[in-house]
Amino acid sequence: MSGSSHGSAKNLGAFRLKGAGRLTPARTSRFTFDGKSYTAMEGDTVASALLAHGVHLVGRSFKYHRPRGILSAGPEEPNALLDVARDSARRQPNVRATVQEVFDGAKISSQNRWPSLAFDVGSVNNLLSPFFPAGFYYKTFKWPREAWEKVYEPIIRRAAGLGVAPKEEDPDRYANRFAHCDVLIAGAGLAGLTAALSAAATGAEVILVDEQPQVGGALHFETSTTVDGKNGFDWAQETAAKLAAMPNVRILTRTTVFGYYNHGFLGLAERVSDHLDRPGRETPRERLWQVRAKRVILATGAIERHMVFANNDRPGIMLASAARTFLNHYGVAVGRNVGVYTAHDSAYEAAFDLKRAGVSIAAIVDCREQPGEAVLAEARALGITVLTGHSVIDTTGRLRIKSMTVARNGNMDIRKMAVDALIVSAGWTPSVHLFSQSRGKLRWDEASQRFLPDIYAQDCVSVGACNGTDETDLLVDEAISAGGGAASVNAERRFGWSGGMIGAAEGAGPDTRVKAFVDFQHDVTAKDIRLAVREGMHSIEHIKRFTTNGMASDQGKLSNMHGLAIAAEMLDRPIPQVGLTTFRAPYTPVTYGTLVAHSRGELFDPARKTPMHDLEAAEGAEFEDVGNWKRAWYFPKRGEDMASAVNRECRTVRDVAGVFDASTLGKIEVVGPDAAQFLNLLYTNAWDTLKPGRCRYGIMTREDGFVYDDGVVGRLAEDRFHVTTTTGGAPRVLHHMEDYLQTEFPHLKVWLTSTTEQWAVIAVQGPKAREIIQPFVEGLDISNEAFPHMSVAECAVMGVPARLFRMSFTGELGFEVNVPADYGPAVWTAIWERAKSMGACLYGTETMHVLRAEKGYIIVGQDTDGTVTPDDAGLGWAVSKKKTDFVGIRGLKRPDLVRDGRKQLVGLLTNRPSDVLEEGAQIVADPNQPKPMTMLGHVTSAYWSENCGRSIAMALVAGGRSRIGQTLYVPMKDRTIAVEVTDTVFFDKEGGRIHG
Amino acid sequence: MLLIHCPYCEEDRSELEFRWAGEAHIARPDAIADITDEEFAEYFFLRNNEKGLTYERWRHIHGCGRFFNAARDTVSDRFLMTYKAGLPKRPVPGVSATEKTVETYEQTEGDAR
Amino acid sequence: MRKYSVFALAREALRAHKGWDAQWSSPEPRSSYDVIIVGGGGHGLGAAYYLAKEHGITNVAVLEKGWLGGGNTGRNTTIIRSNYLYEESMDMYEHSLKLWEGLSQDLNYNVMYSPRGVMMLSHNTHDMQSFKRHINANRLYGIDNEWLTPEQAKAYCPPLDISKTARYPINGAALQKRGGTARHDAVAWGYARAASDRGVHIIQNTEVTGIRRGPDGEVTGVETNRGFIGAKKIGVSAAGHSSVVMEMAGVRVPLASNPLQALVSEPLKPIFPCVVMSNTVHAYISQSDKGELVIGAGTDQYNSYSQTGGLQIITHTLDAICELFPMFRRVKMMRQWGGITDNTPDRSAIQSVTPVPGLFVNCGWGTGGFKATPGSANLFAHLIAKGEPHKLAAGLTLDRFRTGRLIDEAAAAAVAH
Repeated sequence: MSGSSHGSAKNLGAFRLKGAGRLTPARTSRFTFDGKSYTAMEGDTVASALLAHGVHLVGRSFKYHRPRGILSAGPEEPNALLDVARDSARRQPNVRATVQEVFDGAKISSQNRWPSLAFDVGSVNNLLSPFFPAGFYYKTFKWPREAWEKVYEPIIRRAAGLGVAPKEEDPDRYANRFAHCDVLIAGAGLAGLTAALSAAATGAEVILVDEQPQVGGALHFETSTTVDGKNGFDWAQETAAKLAAMPNVRILTRTTVFGYYNHGFLGLAERVSDHLDRPGRETPRERLWQVRAKRVILATGAIERHMVFANNDRPGIMLASAARTFLNHYGVAVGRNVGVYTAHDSAYEAAFDLKRAGVSIAAIVDCREQPGEAVLAEARALGITVLTGHSVIDTTGRLRIKSMTVARNGNMDIRKMAVDALIVSAGWTPSVHLFSQSRGKLRWDEASQRFLPDIYAQDCVSVGACNGTDETDLLVDEAISAGGGAASVNAERRFGWSGGMIGAAEGAGPDTRVKAFVDFQHDVTAKDIRLAVREGMHSIEHIKRFTTNGMASDQGKLSNMHGLAIAAEMLDRPIPQVGLTTFRAPYTPVTYGTLVAHSRGELFDPARKTPMHDLEAAEGAEFEDVGNWKRAWYFPKRGEDMASAVNRECRTVRDVAGVFDASTLGKIEVVGPDAAQFLNLLYTNAWDTLKPGRCRYGIMTREDGFVYDDGVVGRLAEDRFHVTTTTGGAPRVLHHMEDYLQTEFPHLKVWLTSTTEQWAVIAVQGPKAREIIQPFVEGLDISNEAFPHMSVAECAVMGVPARLFRMSFTGELGFEVNVPADYGPAVWTAIWERAKSMGACLYGTETMHVLRAEKGYIIVGQDTDGTVTPDDAGLGWAVSKKKTDFVGIRGLKRPDLVRDGRKQLVGLLTNRPSDVLEEGAQIVADPNQPKPMTMLGHVTSAYWSENCGRSIAMALVAGGRSRIGQTLYVPMKDRTIAVEVTDTVFFDKEGGRIHG
Repeated sequence: MLLIHCPYCEEDRSELEFRWAGEAHIARPDAIADITDEEFAEYFFLRNNEKGLTYERWRHIHGCGRFFNAARDTVSDRFLMTYKAGLPKRPVPGVSATEKTVETYEQTEGDAR
Repeated sequence: MRKYSVFALAREALRAHKGWDAQWSSPEPRSSYDVIIVGGGGHGLGAAYYLAKEHGITNVAVLEKGWLGGGNTGRNTTIIRSNYLYEESMDMYEHSLKLWEGLSQDLNYNVMYSPRGVMMLSHNTHDMQSFKRHINANRLYGIDNEWLTPEQAKAYCPPLDISKTARYPINGAALQKRGGTARHDAVAWGYARAASDRGVHIIQNTEVTGIRRGPDGEVTGVETNRGFIGAKKIGVSAAGHSSVVMEMAGVRVPLASNPLQALVSEPLKPIFPCVVMSNTVHAYISQSDKGELVIGAGTDQYNSYSQTGGLQIITHTLDAICELFPMFRRVKMMRQWGGITDNTPDRSAIQSVTPVPGLFVNCGWGTGGFKATPGSANLFAHLIAKGEPHKLAAGLTLDRFRTGRLIDEAAAAAVAH
């Protein structure tokens, strides 16, 4: 590929007309379509570039695999969906050829065809189509029972679908911006630009958005409109430049307002670099804008409808406005001998433009008896044949239209006219998608046969064609008034427009077998809609779902109104009584990557790391995810697997000592004269009896009485508590406490502060723990006598202000050193250096789990699960019997919470000491009972205990404590394991070690 | 994404800063230990779940941290007012609890009208 | 009723499909019925069908305020599975799954039940413990559910990223092979057609505005926008609107209605073979027969009846999907929508008699209602017909909120420690 070049004589396409359009040949690029190379001009869309080379056939339809061409020139395109690739990883299926701009080197392929676009085996479906009416699959494929999944469904799935999903990870970047504004204007055509001028004049912050590369909207093709005496498109560019220079205006082109959500919140997708030949590495591909607008002006225009008649889908048939766009903007003629079939005056202007550009017009076939007089007169003046009261009732041509069959309405007298393109218009449908998304209500305007905005649900206003305002002077006034300011804009259009029809045209009515397409992409024909009605689908939602009309990737922009009209005719009901399906976001499809933006990899959910994380990593730690924390799991030495590392750590802690990072535990500072009273209400335990300098293990329940969290609470002073929570529970515990403090107990003088990240916590556990930390502790006697188990004190460690806890989650003599987080690494390093020299180890969460299980200490969330009371967990002693109130006091008394036979936490010992039970394994009394078996409970914790020399386990078992000594069974997939029920303490049952 | 007025900060802020906290004006019984099972079930589980005007609590959790009350229409999701915690339930002018304030488009989709 | 078959289809093909009848009739309501079902979703239509088929009660009307299947039946992501933890849940969902397996044949309507497997991803030790608890419970109860290593999970679902460098690496998965998907609209239509064939009246566009009661407090009928319709029994199966309907009879049910959103991609050739769910990163995804990736998003935090939700819920879900399947970043969202889920405090359904004689309620299915459709409908029909619950649904009564005997599947999954 040679890349861009300047000015040289290139084959810009046989249908590129000299002097037509606004593109300049200064810069061209090369692309391939289905392997064949073409030249495009800067500013070309894939559609305009292909048409310039006379290529109309670009795809195959979804169901019947019919050859399809380019129908539109905009985002409503249902047919021309292509696979566009920059390289193998940057490949995008289902790209609308009418939106995608050509970039140099683009590799573009057609979809849904095999082996080739011109010869597609799947097109046999077209011949078999009598067997595939709408909803055929509901009526068959039911026998034999397994065949649906094994035979029929795979065939259907392969046949369905359009593009091929990317196979590689997308290397492109996507960006996200939040923005606020006073006025957001969707659509920068004549109405939007005028509204922007008016709004900007008030000094309001304005964001003006348009999906096309350049502003102008319909002025791209509407050459008979002049504004302030200028060509409309030129006026639009000048106006945009003027607006862009204002400090309070931001113009976003190539940007689609795809969703209008609650409270003035809008989603915008900006195509930043898909049109560039070589985007920089740091340039995002697309950008998501999340805008909160005080006010929204919808200037989204209208979308032209196609005519519904037999074989209206052949390549070469397209919307009249599209043909006009290709000619007037891109300088491309869509054919050399073009037919026009219309129910609306606007198509005449397409014929005029083509005729003036030298294209032959076979005839304007107008199904109306009386078109607008002005356009009729102009057609005659230009020598164009106009057949009023006539219809196109069929077409021929396999891969491109060859002729149209024209008949006088109500007459069998037909004639075939040769054409190489047929442009059609059934009139214009206001784009009310965003209005409807904002939850506004539409009303049916009988006179103009269209739905228009009626009742607004948000601070929003519609202007211009999307509001049914057709006359330019009214449109301008409406836009100025919507903008809230002043602007001087004088717009004139040479021709007024009238006409339009919805539903099936002549020859496609009831009692025919012809395929008159309503929804091109999903191959829904007029007769499919009639069949749906016949089968009892009388709600438009049922008709939509039964036929899939309007459910393709264009979301019914062309098909909805036609489908509705055909259904209404069948039902013999007025259109508004049949209803309208919901317009759902997004307006046009939005790339996942755009919606994800930066939220990927590390930024998907930023990992929380402790201050000592890097030091632990340097020691070889493996980490595990606990909530969004990364915690050191175990510290394997060279050659060790997880089991041997954990066994070593477990032995070492009990023989010597171990150092453990406990920083992730939640910490809440509870301060104030009523702090003890507050904790009395929030925990099941009593706190007023706890003396300053002492700690207590606390249980928290919610009102329902089930264990919610646990942790050690230290009382530093009469009015100050240092509360610890579980790692995962910290945010919800604080929220829970705040809720009660602010709304139930606001009379209590208490202040709550999260201090989780303020303290680095270094646990030193084991017989040598005191000896290890002794030299670092200043100003505190930590002897057993002065500082016994469950003590807390403020002191200094290595000169750093610290809180020292004498506590243990291992059953060993233990301390937890809390120092300000920034000092964590230094203190950790010093303590670990000394500990190492004394034969201690670092240990991680796995060893912590084993050691605590050896002692029968529970882990909330593992040994309890939200259905467990303190008593179930063997912690009934922690529920104060004296208090008259605490959160959970009433819930605990409910009938089911006090009944016999509740599941209780017990120990299990396997008959074979080497068997380690599976956590989550179920327990039964009778292993021979046939399924469904009666399950007594499940194993909550199970480990190999190096210190016990055997496996240990804890389990929640129905009536567990009364079963101690009994043998129960754990049936696994391959064998049944017999277990003895025990208490939950497996090591140092007397508990002497903790007092060191 | 909702836009919520915090009565403490006196700012309109994005829903991302707030946490919904259930129906408002449900007081914890004073002598909770003495209520019946039925009364407890009513207090703890039963909620009005209104279609239309609802009174609810929000917390400006990523802002000032305060709990406050709001009156909102659960059909349109429009906030009618917000007010500080502890203030009594206030009627919304012109809106009764049973009135559907806005019949939205989504509500009537596909209906025969 | 005209039987659906490939032969009937072929015959109709020859005459432009002119011979098909309406799938269900749309009669004028009678003055009274033995049973009125409020709510024309899958659960309500199914209950009417089973009342007629299994209990011989055919003087039944289903009243729907909008169009059949227009609530959560037509808005969900169609996932079917039965690998729940508690016996009450396993009973219900397995009963349902067994009915799914024969539903197309039973209704003579292809509901496209496709047992393509439902895989739940485990990302950490806590997930693994929880999933193995489910797997073991399911196995001993006779329900299929198996543990997969990451490599096995990848083999079953090739787009899955099992690299260790992922933010939340996958350490295994639980797979229920009989789980899968079905075509949601077909379930409503199939039940409507089969019920209508047995004489049930299906009455759309009829909103219940009141419940009338007799001297002893018993129900006597419903007020509607089309007038009063008498009924000896009323079964309320109105999903997110159940609170509103029950309130008409003065019965409060512990429900919260929350918006739940979902989205589909543009249609793609087959790329995704099964259903994948991840609770840790909050995502679930499958691919429809039409080729769309169907993605379930989260629930908005507040109560609402608006059937819409915030964009942040959608983006958060797609964040998770693209973390699990990075190749999908260039795929496009084609359509998003919302439904209203009715959630109970323990996230298990309510199927119960009420303090009002003759009034029965089926609600609270939360995010799990679609998969329960046949089972729930079948057992609700039993409850209405017999006046007492079937043993497979005996745990779902309202009384549990008084006694505290909750069926808390969500709490059982607990939270990471």
